[in-house]
This record gives sequence, structure tokens and C-alpha cells, in this order.
Amino acid sequence: MTIDAEKAAPTAPETRTEKTHRRTQLSEGARAERRLGWMLIAPAVIVMIAVTAYPIGYAIYLSLQRYDLRFPKQAKFVGLDNYTAVLSSPYWWHALWITLIITLISVAIELVLGMLLALLMHRTLFGRGTVRTAILVPYGIVTVVAAFSWQYAWTPSTGYLTALLGNGTSAPLTHTVQAIAIIILAEVWKTTPFMALLLMAGLALVPEDLQKAAKVDGATAWQRFVRITLPLMKPAILVALLFRTLDAFRIFDNIFVLTAGTNNTGSVSILGYDNLFTALNLGIGSAISILIFICVAIIAFFFIKGFGAAAPGSSGK
Amino acid sequence: MADIVLDQVTKRFPDGALAVDHIDLDVADGEFVILVGPSGCGKSTTLNMIAGLEDISDGELRIGGQVVNNKAPKDRDIAMVFQSYALYPHMTVRENMAFALKLAKTPQETIDKKVNDAARVLDLTQHLDRKPANLSGGQRQRVAMGRAIVRDPAAFLMDEPLSNLDAKLRVQMRTEVSRLQKRLGTTTVYVTHDQTEAMTLGDRVAVMRNGKIQQVGAPQELYGHPENLFVAGFIGSPAMNFMPGRLEDGKLRTRLGDVPLDDEIRRMLEGRDTGRDVILGIRPESFEDASLVPADARGRGITFRAMIDVVESMGSDVFVYFTFEGDNESVSSAELEELARDSGRADTGGTGDQVVARLDAATRVREGSEAELWADVRSIHVFDPASGENLTKTKATATADG
Amino acid sequence: MTTTAKQKVGWGTANTVAVVLAIVPVLWIVSLSFKDPATITDASFWPKKWTLENYRGIFKTSEFTHALINSIGIALIATFIAVVLASMAAYAVARLSFPGKGLLIGMSLLIAMFPAISLVTPLFNIERSLHLFDTWPALIIPYIAFGLPLGIYTLSAFFREIPWELEKAAKMDGATPYQAFTKVIAPLAAPGMFTTAILIFIFCWNDFLFAISLTSTTNARTVPAAIGFFTGSSQFTAPTGSISAAAVIITIPIIIFVLFFQRRIVAGLTSGAVKG
Ligand SMILES: Nc1ncnc2c1ncn2[C@@H]1O[C@H](COP(=O)(O)OP(=O)(O)O)[C@@H](O)[C@H]1O
Ligand SMILES: [Mg+2]
Repeated sequence: MTIDAEKAAPTAPETRTEKTHRRTQLSEGARAERRLGWMLIAPAVIVMIAVTAYPIGYAIYLSLQRYDLRFPKQAKFVGLDNYTAVLSSPYWWHALWITLIITLISVAIELVLGMLLALLMHRTLFGRGTVRTAILVPYGIVTVVAAFSWQYAWTPSTGYLTALLGNGTSAPLTHTVQAIAIIILAEVWKTTPFMALLLMAGLALVPEDLQKAAKVDGATAWQRFVRITLPLMKPAILVALLFRTLDAFRIFDNIFVLTAGTNNTGSVSILGYDNLFTALNLGIGSAISILIFICVAIIAFFFIKGFGAAAPGSSGK
Repeated sequence: MADIVLDQVTKRFPDGALAVDHIDLDVADGEFVILVGPSGCGKSTTLNMIAGLEDISDGELRIGGQVVNNKAPKDRDIAMVFQSYALYPHMTVRENMAFALKLAKTPQETIDKKVNDAARVLDLTQHLDRKPANLSGGQRQRVAMGRAIVRDPAAFLMDEPLSNLDAKLRVQMRTEVSRLQKRLGTTTVYVTHDQTEAMTLGDRVAVMRNGKIQQVGAPQELYGHPENLFVAGFIGSPAMNFMPGRLEDGKLRTRLGDVPLDDEIRRMLEGRDTGRDVILGIRPESFEDASLVPADARGRGITFRAMIDVVESMGSDVFVYFTFEGDNESVSSAELEELARDSGRADTGGTGDQVVARLDAATRVREGSEAELWADVRSIHVFDPASGENLTKTKATATADG
Repeated sequence: MTTTAKQKVGWGTANTVAVVLAIVPVLWIVSLSFKDPATITDASFWPKKWTLENYRGIFKTSEFTHALINSIGIALIATFIAVVLASMAAYAVARLSFPGKGLLIGMSLLIAMFPAISLVTPLFNIERSLHLFDTWPALIIPYIAFGLPLGIYTLSAFFREIPWELEKAAKMDGATPYQAFTKVIAPLAAPGMFTTAILIFIFCWNDFLFAISLTSTTNARTVPAAIGFFTGSSQFTAPTGSISAAAVIITIPIIIFVLFFQRRIVAGLTSGAVKG
């Protein structure tokens, strides 16, 4: 008795034609909903485009000009000359190198510390609220304020850290390697909490029952972490890494206050700023802006490829 | 007080989905009507259209004789109880219940009186100043009911109001809802996917499937005279057993044995042009342990032997499960598959090869041994496998009454 | 499993280390702000002699007061506008279906990752030609633009959690759409909007790069930018004390937020990023 075939055959195409027919003519309600949706997002979209898309376009235009603010009259189209100038300058490559080093090391340290902190907040037996409150202080505090605190801490004869760790008179902020270490320290202190909070949210999504099941199966704490927790947290880790990597690549405030880019400690952002406000060269400054934008786009591209389906926004849950 | 009439009411969602397909339903003034069906069949959509929360794509909806298709919910004088209760979390119980009256600018004394009365009826008086978050599930459910009854509306609409409660509380609240409705005498449309709830609560039950109403009737009528395979399988617990049958030599040849047919039925079955295969439906309670059937009654049924797989004693009666060996032909039909998909009912044996029988507690039947069983042929239903139509509904009526 | 004393000590130590590491740099700048100019270079962690001299100093001239007013005004206005615009967009994202929704979400994500330095040069020139340079709007506009992605993400996560059946219930109770919004939905959305406002305020309050690039005088210069350019009260003294005092003052609102709204900030930061 196979009557289901006869039964199913006529109904399936019927519903399909129903659907295609409907798609072409939207109901009044659906159209009103569309209009309302567009009206509601319009102001936000306009502001975001006005402040980002338009200036970036304008920056591309500026980067193709010779445009020195001291001699605005002599502005003229020079093609890719500014880019050639930047890309053949050792300053650009050095700044890029410094930026990559700072980004890589600080994000790596933050990931480890952030994970420890996340586990601490997730598992600690007491004082969870206190720890969360305390770690929000570095997150919330003005970066410049924190940077000054670190600067004074490492200033000879003023700072408690030079007194504690050095002989009191050495000036670590004037040595390239030590200064970069301090910049990384300041960066790590300020942003590990953000990383930890994102990771903690990821931890909270790992079902407690899985941990119990693995425990029953005889997994040690370390095995449970590596085999259960980490794989399930992968999306959260990737999101946290993406945000922090791009953020670290843009590093500016800490360096500006701690060394102002002296002794070969400047990042690409510092270089761009100096070209604009010290050298007053809009053409070169814009070319640097565009190059930084391209670097960020490349980094983001690789991360988002790594995400696959786990990209933020792709899951509408 | 008002009657509710759905006249060819249809709902087509913007994405093209046809959720409710030209349904007709008359709810008399003061009547308690249940809409029941598997999830996704369009019950909530129907209710939302009555409420005015969804636009009606086609057809006419009349409340108290007036066409209300284009009226806003607030102008329809209807109260609704939601599955999630939808209690306002930032308001106390009192404020929740008074909200509608406040919006209607009712004088404060009237509000107080109505809220206090409703709270007394629902046993909520001592919780009036608490927030919903601090109440138990049962209390929240009662607040949701209270919010509906203080308004003294023309009709109540309830969308699975009890399905968020645990089993015991659900049974208890079921009685409560029924008592409350009788006492207030307000027209009520109640949606549920639970056939037990449908059978115990309503004056009349409308069974829905795929946006269409399959049958409307009093619970006993749906049970005794289902119009088609779907209603037969959906109503009743454990579900009706289905098995293949074939018309041969004026008899219905089945796994249980040959079922004799009276002339009327035989003529009708043989007159069909859709073939000689049919689907047989037997309710579990139509079986009995053959040794417990008095000799004079035996003739009204057929006796057969079966290998018993499982015996479940319920105290008052015994459920036994058996399969027919060496017979791998099974019934299949779109409607049966849908019934099986509908959650939790797949294991009741209604659609598989397994047959469940409900026997008297005195039975001696043992698991793993063969037993002689008896089936009452008067209550056998015969269905057309293609259309699902019950071919014996008139006959079943005659014998059940006689 | 019972918690042993050993476990307690272990977690206790870990907690303490985390808390100490988090707040020592803040205590250090507080301590510096209370040191008098004579002992500020004694390198001890706590002041030997406490003084309010540095606080008096920064309020003596109008430079800091102006900067403080600029910071507060600019951050409040930018936050307010960003929250309003983000709420509208987030409502649309969470509740309505319309083409272009994915584009908006993608664009927000893109802007959240945008290198601010890339915008500084063109914005500097655009604002000069529009005579916006060194005015409040010079900062308010980019702050809104960069606050929006944060706001849209956090708020749409919050809005998704609102049980929208309540809106139906209100309609059944006889509410007009406007009443349903003001009496039922708005009170439920308020905590999410407040949380978002805190996050956006912290972002505006924190900004340094736009502040030093798009302003040049006390007209619009905010505190972070102002202390970046602080000079001592006289040419010969380092501005350490003044900077520390100013730093402590702009840290106060942050500490208040953190102490009173810890739960909300954590919820806001994590909901948008993880569930987004
Ligand atoms: N807003 C909507 N847009 C498109 N289809 C919908 C919408 N709401 C419900 N449906 C579809 O309509 C059908 C009936 O849904 P519903 O009335 O909620 O079922 P029930 O309450 O019986 O479980 C389902 O198939 C569902 O997917
Ligand atoms: Mg439903």
C-alpha cells in the first residue's frame, strides 16, 4: 500500500507555485514593514557613511596629490608618487615592523592572560563580582591616563617600578627594546580585561553537562579544557582575537604618551599623525592612511576567512 | 457575550506560506470551542486573526454579528491568554490585571473592585503586590487568566495557556479553566496541541491539519465517528491501531483474520473505483483477552492468536503490545506519517507494525508468550488509503448506538 | 564535592593577584596626584606628605576647566544622539524584516574595525573647509559614527531578548501602538539603552586621537587631549602633579560606572560580541 507517492505528488508543486507567485507581489503589510525598516536605519547609515566612506574616498583623492599645507597653492596631481615615496622609505617599513611586533606579542599575551582571567571569573568559588568590578577598571579608564601612570612608574627617580626593578636611575623608556616592552605592558594591562570578558562569555556557552560527562569519562582538568572547552569556544576566541588584533594594530595613545615615537618606537598610526601635524604633508599623510586601511582590511580578510560560518552577524540567533 | 463566525477565513503570510486555508467555524454565544492539531497546523494564526493581531488575507470574521476584519484588537472587546503568559515584568500583579481597565479609563474604584474580585476567584489576593518574576508557574498562569477576566470581555481567546505548566499542575488548571468558563459563560476559543486537553475541556472540538479544519464536533463524536484517518489517529490515547486490509470474496481480509461485512458496507466498498486495498483502524479498547469475553459475545468479534511483546499494567487495565510475525507489509499514508512525526506520538504504536491493545486487569497474558485475543468487529473503522476518508462512519454510528 | 581549604586558598590567591594587578596603576596615579611638588620625585609608592596642591593648581587656570566642560558636553551629546540612532536601527534589525539588513550589520562591523588614523587626515581637511574644525561638532560627529556600531550590536542583542508577545498582550488590553510602546516596550528596553549609553560614553570619554587632531584650542579640546599637552605651572617644573590630578578627575566617572553598573557593563560588552 504505497499511496503516499500519489498523495504527495500533486501537493508539492502546488505549494511551490504559490510561493513564487507571492514573492513577486508583496502584501501591503510587508511593504510597510520594509519602508519602516529603511526609515529607521537611514539616519545611522547616513552618519556612518558620511564619517567613514566619504572621507576614505577623499583620502584616496588626497593621496594622489602633492599637497603640503605650508604651500597649499602648489597642490597638484602626482599619481602614485606619494605611495612610491612612502613604500620606499625605511620609516614606513620600520613603523610597520614595530606595529606588527607590538600587535603580535600583546595579543598573544592577552589571549593567555585573558583565558586565565576568564577561567578565574567563571570558576572562582567566591569574590566573582569583586574580580569583575576590578578588571573593568583597566577597561574603562582613559588610555592616556593609564599611559601616564606607566610613564611615571618607569621615569627615573620618580617611578616606583624603576626604584623596584632597576637601580633607580636607568631610563628604560629611552631604550628601544625596553620601551617597546613597556608599551606592550601598558597595552596588555589596558585591554586584557576586554579579552577576558569576551572569552568568559564564550565559556558560559559551554554546557556544564559536557564537563560533567567528560569527567565521568575520566578526562583530567587539562584534557577537559583542551578537548572540550577550547573547541567549543573557538568562535568566541576568534571574535576576541579579531577585535583585539585590529585594535592593537591601530595603537596610538599609549605610544604617544610613553615615547611619542622617539627611539624608533613609533607605530604606523604615529607615523601618519606625524606626517600630518608635524610635517603638515596632506598628500603623504593620506597615502599612509590608505596603506594602513589596506593593512587592516588584509588582516580582517584573513580572520573572516578563518571564521567560516562563525562570523559575527552571520548567525541570527 | 457574542458569537464568533469564521467564514472562509484564510491567512497567507508575506513569504507565501498558506497558514490557514479557507476555514469555516461557528462558535455559539457562551460556547467553549477547542482548536486542536499538531504544531504548525495554523491554530495560533487562526486565533491571532480572531484577536486582530494578524490581518485576515481572505474571508470574513464576524463577532456578535458584526464584521470585524478591519477592526483593531482593542475595538473587538476580546481578551487573550498567551502560552508564555506575556505578563508585564515591570508591573505588579495588580497593575498587570488593571492595565486594560486603566487604558479604558475605567474609574479607580471599579478597577479596584474588579481586580480584587478576580484575585479572590483565582486565589491571588496575597500576591497582588508582587512582580511576576517572583511567582510560581501556576500563579503566573492564574494572573494571565485574571488579566483576561477582569475585563469581562465578549470572548476569551487562549493559546496553549497550560502548556508551560508541569503535568500535574496542568491537569489541575484544566479543571480550573473549565469551571471558570462555565461560571462566567463567556464565549471561549481555546488552542492546544494536546488531544487529552481538547477531549476533556471543550463543548466542541475542531481538529486542524495543514491549515484546514478536518472535523468539528463534540469530543465523543470525534472519538466514535472520526471522518478521516487523521482525526482517527489524532484523537484518543493510546492512538488507534492501523493495519492493511483487502477486500476479497465479500470479506475484509486482515492480519487478525477475515472480517465479515454486512451487505451495505460491502456494496459501498466494492463500488469504489480506487481499488480493493483499505486501511483498517481499531482502537486499543476494542480488543480483549479472549478468555474474558463471555461466550455469547464472542460471535460479535473475531478471535486470533498473537505473540505478546510487552505488557504494561496500569492497575485498572493492562496494555499489551504485539506484532504479527512473517508479515512485513505495513500501512503507509501521508496522514499517518504526519501523525507519527507529531511529537511524542510516534511511540504509541498507532502507525507502526506494532499493535497496542487495552485489556481488562484480570487478564493472564504474559510477556513473551502467545495469547488468544479477541477484537470487536463492530468498532472497526475502514479507511480509504488514498483520500483518508472513513468509509464506515455511517455504519459505525449505527452499531455504536445500537 | 566539598570545597577544601586548599581550594579556597588557591582561588583566593588568584583573585587577589587579579584585583591587585588591575588597580595598582590607578592607585599609583592617585598617589602621585596627592604628592607635593617637592617629594614627587621620591619614587615611593605612597605620598609621604599628602597635599591638595595639584588639584588647586589645575583649577587655577581655565585651561583644565574648559577641557572638562568640553569633555562632558561632547561625550554626553554624542552618546545621546548615538543611542537614539542606534536604538532605531537596532529595533529595525531585531524586529523587522527588510532587504539591506545584512548590509547594515556588515557595515557596522566594518566601521568597528576601521583604523581611526585613516580618517584623521581627510576629516581634518574636510572639517577645516566646513569651518567645523576645533568646534564641538568636530568631535561629536565622528564619535557618533564610531559609537553607532557598538550601539547597534549591543542594542539589537538586548532587543532580541524582549518578549515581543508583550506587545501583542498590550494590544489585546486595548493599547494603541503608541501606548504599547511607551508603557510596555520602552520600560523594558530602558536598561539596555542605559547600558549602551554607558559603553558609548566610555568610548567618547576615552578618545585621544580625534581629540588631538580635530581641535586646537580650549574651544573644543577634551581632557585627554589637554593633559597630553599640559605644561607645568612654571617652565621649570615637570607637570607630573597636574597631569596626575587631572587624570584622577577624569577617572572618577569611570570608577562610578564600574562600581554601580558592573553587571550591566559586562552584560553589554559580552552580549553584542558573542551573540551578535
Ligand atoms: N510570521 C510568519 N511568517 C510566515 N509564516 C508563518 C508566520 N507565522 C507562522 N507561520 C507559519 O504558519 C504555519 C502555522 O503556524 P502557527 O499558527 O503558529 O501554528 P500552530 O499554532 O498550530 O503551531 C506554520 O507553518 C508557520 O511556519
Ligand atoms: Mg501555536
